[in-house]
Amino acid sequence: MLNPDAKLATNIFDPPVGGVDLAPTRDGFGKGVLEAGKADERVVVLSADLTESTRAEWFQKEFPHRFIEMGVAEQNMATVAAGMANYGKIPFFTSYAAFSPGRNWEQIRTTIALNNVHAIVCGMHAGVSVGPDGATHQMLEDIALMRAMPNMIVISPCDAEEARKATVAAATQGSPVYMRFGREKTPVMTSAETPFEIGRANVLWKGQAPKVAIIATGPFVHNALLAAKQLESEISTIVVNVHTIKPLDETTILDAVQGVLGVVTVEEHQVHGGLGGAIAELLAQKNPLPMSFIGMQDQFGQSGTPTELIEHYGMGVSSIVAVVRSYAR
Amino acid sequence: MPLSDGETRELHERAQTVRATILEMLVAAGSGHTAGPLGMADIFTALYFHVLTHDPKNPAWAERDRLFLSNGHITPVRYAAMAHAGYFPIEECLTLRKFGSRLQGHPEREKLPGVESTSGPLGSGLSQASGYAYAARMDGKKFRVYCAMSDGEHQEGNIWEAMMFAGKNRLSNLTGIIDRNNIQIDGMTESIMPLEPLREKYESFNWHVLEVDGHNIPQFIAACEEAKAIYEKPTVIIAHTIPGKGVKEIEFDYRWHGKPPSKEEAVKFLNELRTLGGKVSSEHQ
Repeated sequence: MLNPDAKLATNIFDPPVGGVDLAPTRDGFGKGVLEAGKADERVVVLSADLTESTRAEWFQKEFPHRFIEMGVAEQNMATVAAGMANYGKIPFFTSYAAFSPGRNWEQIRTTIALNNVHAIVCGMHAGVSVGPDGATHQMLEDIALMRAMPNMIVISPCDAEEARKATVAAATQGSPVYMRFGREKTPVMTSAETPFEIGRANVLWKGQAPKVAIIATGPFVHNALLAAKQLESEISTIVVNVHTIKPLDETTILDAVQGVLGVVTVEEHQVHGGLGGAIAELLAQKNPLPMSFIGMQDQFGQSGTPTELIEHYGMGVSSIVAVVRSYAR
Repeated sequence: MPLSDGETRELHERAQTVRATILEMLVAAGSGHTAGPLGMADIFTALYFHVLTHDPKNPAWAERDRLFLSNGHITPVRYAAMAHAGYFPIEECLTLRKFGSRLQGHPEREKLPGVESTSGPLGSGLSQASGYAYAARMDGKKFRVYCAMSDGEHQEGNIWEAMMFAGKNRLSNLTGIIDRNNIQIDGMTESIMPLEPLREKYESFNWHVLEVDGHNIPQFIAACEEAKAIYEKPTVIIAHTIPGKGVKEIEFDYRWHGKPPSKEEAVKFLNELRTLGGKVSSEHQ
C-alpha cells in the first residue's frame, strides 16, 4: 500500500486523463527557480537560446537583470556560470541535457566540479520521452556522466512538484549540482506535503514483508507505483523513489532491500552508470542481491511518441511487472 | 604616470629573479613547461609588482583585482611571481608538482589561496573571467578582472564563445592578455592552425585591442592603464613574447614548450640569467 508518510496525491492510480494531474518536470524547475530567485537575490539564470522550453522564461520575466542570454554556446555557458559562482552568484544554467552536460562535460568537470563552485547544471528534455526529436536529443547518459564526478550532487526529480522542491533546495547547497528534467507532461504524484530533502530517498509504497524492491528515479517512479499496485494481491513489493542519485541514501535503500528476493531498478537512462549502476555498486558491497535493470539497454533511441518508445524499449509498466514476477516464481 | 627609469630597471631585475626561480622549480619538479613561463616572466612580474591591486597577506581581500590564468600549464611563472610578491615562502616553490604540495602541476583554486580558478584544460579561462566580470559589474564592484591566455589555446572553440559574450556585454572591467609567442606543442601556431589576423578577429568581436612587446614592462603597464580607460569594450593586450626569454638556448624553440631543463642545463641557464648573458659576473660562478 502507499506509504501514508509520503503524503502522495490521492488519485495517483486513476487513469492519466481526468485523474492525476499532469505536468512536465521542467515546469517544476521554472516555478522552483523563480521561488529561489525571490528568496535569494544572488540567484541568476543562464539560457542557451532555449528560454521558453526550459521555462527559464518565467524567471526572465520576473528578474530580467538577473537573466543572461548566452546564445547557442553551452561550453561558454558552463564556464561563465563557473565564473559567476566563483564570484558568489548562484547560477542555474539551462539547456537540453543532450547539450549540457552533453557537450560541455569537461568544462563542468574542471571549472565547476574540481573548482568546487556552486553552479547548478539544469538539463532539460532528458530521456526517450522527448520523443519525435529522435536519438540526438534523447539524453540517456547524463546521470552516468555527472555521477562519476567528485563534488557533484545529482538529482532526478519524479514529478513537477518534486522538481520545484529540488530546485529550491539546489539553491542552498553551496556545491555543484546537476538536475535533470523531462519535456513531457507526467503524473504529479507528490504533494506539497511530501517530504523532500536532497540525499534522502522516499519509500512510496510498502507491502507486507516485501519480496521485491523496486527502486526508481524520475517520472518512471509513477510506472513503478502502477506496477506495485497491479501486483498488489500477487507479490508484495516496496517502491523507493531515489530522487538524489548522488549522494545516495544508503540507509533507506539498505533498509528497503532487507529480506527481498530481488531488486529492480527503473530509470529513463542507459542501464550502465545511472541509478541501476549506483544501486548495484552499493548492494555489491553491503548486501549482494539478484538485480534487474529497467532502462535503455545500451542502445540509442529513435523518433516516436513517448509511449511508443517507452514500450518498445521495455521500460513501461508491463516490463516492470514481468521482471518483478520473475523473482517471485 | 609613466615608470621612472629606476622603477623600470627594478622590475626588469625582479623579472630575472622570477625566471631563476622558475628554472629552479622546474628542475626540482623534474617535469613541467619551460618556454611559456620564462616568456611571461616580465608580464607576471609587472602584474604582481605594479598592475594588480592586491594584498599578498590577504589573498581573499574582496576588493582585489582578479587574475585568471587560462593556460594553467604556465603556472610556474604565476607561482614564482606570487612567492616573490609575498604570498608564500619562496622555498615552497621547490615543492612544485610534488605529492602533497599546494603548487599543483596545474593550478587549483582550493589548494592555494590567491589562485582564482582551477585551470589546465585550455580555452575556458576567458569564459570564467567573463562570468566573473559580469557578476562583479552586476554588483557595481570596482576591481578589474584580468585573464592571461596563450595564443595556441585560441584554437579552442570555447574562447571564441567567450569573446562573443564579453564583446556583446561590453565587459570593460575585463582585460585579456595573450602570450603571443607563436609556439605550441607540435610546432609554430601559424603552421599548426593559423590564428592570424588575431588583432582583426578580436576587433570584429567588439574588443579594444592593444599590441605590446611582452618584454617591455613600461609598454605593458601603459597598455593595462589604457585598458582601464576604455569604457565601452573589453580590452585584450596581445603581448608579443619570446618563448623561453632569458635563456638563449631555449628562446624561440617550440621543443621547450613542455619539458623542464636537466640539472646540468639548469646550472648553465641560471648562470646565463644571473650574468645577463655574460654581461656581468655572477657570484655563483
